[in-house]
Amino acid sequence: MRRLALALMFVAGLAFGQASEIAHPDPVVEARLKALAEELRCLVCQNQTIADSNAALALDLRNEIREQISQGKSDDEIRAYMVARYGDFVLYRPPWKATTVLLWVGPFALLALGIAILYMNVRRRRAPAPEAPGGERPSRTEVESLLKD
Amino acid sequence: MKSLRFVVPLVVFAALAIFLAVGLTRDPREIPSPFIGKPAPAFKLERLHDSSQSFSPQEMKGKVWMLNVWASWCVSCRVEHPVLVEFSKRNAVPIVGLDYKDKREDGLQWLARFGNPYSLSAFDAEGRVAIDYGVYGAPETFVIDKEGVIRYKQIGPVTPEALEEKILPLLKSLGA
Repeated sequence: MRRLALALMFVAGLAFGQASEIAHPDPVVEARLKALAEELRCLVCQNQTIADSNAALALDLRNEIREQISQGKSDDEIRAYMVARYGDFVLYRPPWKATTVLLWVGPFALLALGIAILYMNVRRRRAPAPEAPGGERPSRTEVESLLKD
Repeated sequence: MKSLRFVVPLVVFAALAIFLAVGLTRDPREIPSPFIGKPAPAFKLERLHDSSQSFSPQEMKGKVWMLNVWASWCVSCRVEHPVLVEFSKRNAVPIVGLDYKDKREDGLQWLARFGNPYSLSAFDAEGRVAIDYGVYGAPETFVIDKEGVIRYKQIGPVTPEALEEKILPLLKSLGA
């Protein structure tokens, strides 16, 4: 039991260790920071967001965002600030423009193509099969007499 | 109709192969800088060698110059350093260093030990100026023209090849 308590204290300590990235976090600022940081790519540890990453640059960028939030900048202004410096690549939700059309439309276009091919195939198979060779179908009485034997 | 059965997968495969081949030649770590063709952000920082003096990019107006982001803790900067030292001997353009997230003593010691190719170094202890320049790792090097517009950004070490093939021709075309 004591061991469990110790373990719990240790885990709690870890959690606090993460929360105390700055001295006096303001919950409102931190909530906005979290929402923003989860949509921004960490440049040195690609495929992680700057919310998830422990890289020094991610920490610096989080602090930069914190400061801009406390300066009263809107989320869009902060996003624009990041894009101006690192390009659209920092956004996990890339904007809709000429160079990203394929990115946004591509998967749906492929899905539509797949459905179209499937539909055509199914239709072709549903078409009535050509008459089986061998001429006349056997009559019911013929079949029954065969089954009796 | 029958021959389509072979042609279609072949075409699809060829297209895929071309896309993948192009993808292989690209470095995903190299993010094209949106700064090319834009004015270099203004800043004012202490100089590394003399904290009573400051540096700001406006002082370089009318000159073609290079801004090199470095740090004593940065391993690739060590690789790059001899290239810059060699280049600085040609006196082609002034190279301004930006000592990035470093300790002053460490930075000074590093330059004393490996040579100082910089006409001066600005001291960016917190890395705020570097963030303003979209730096995401050292070393990075910017070529800035007479009007203060960023014309080129080298991500990672300046290699002799990059210097000869890209930077020097650019400097020449900018009238350095």
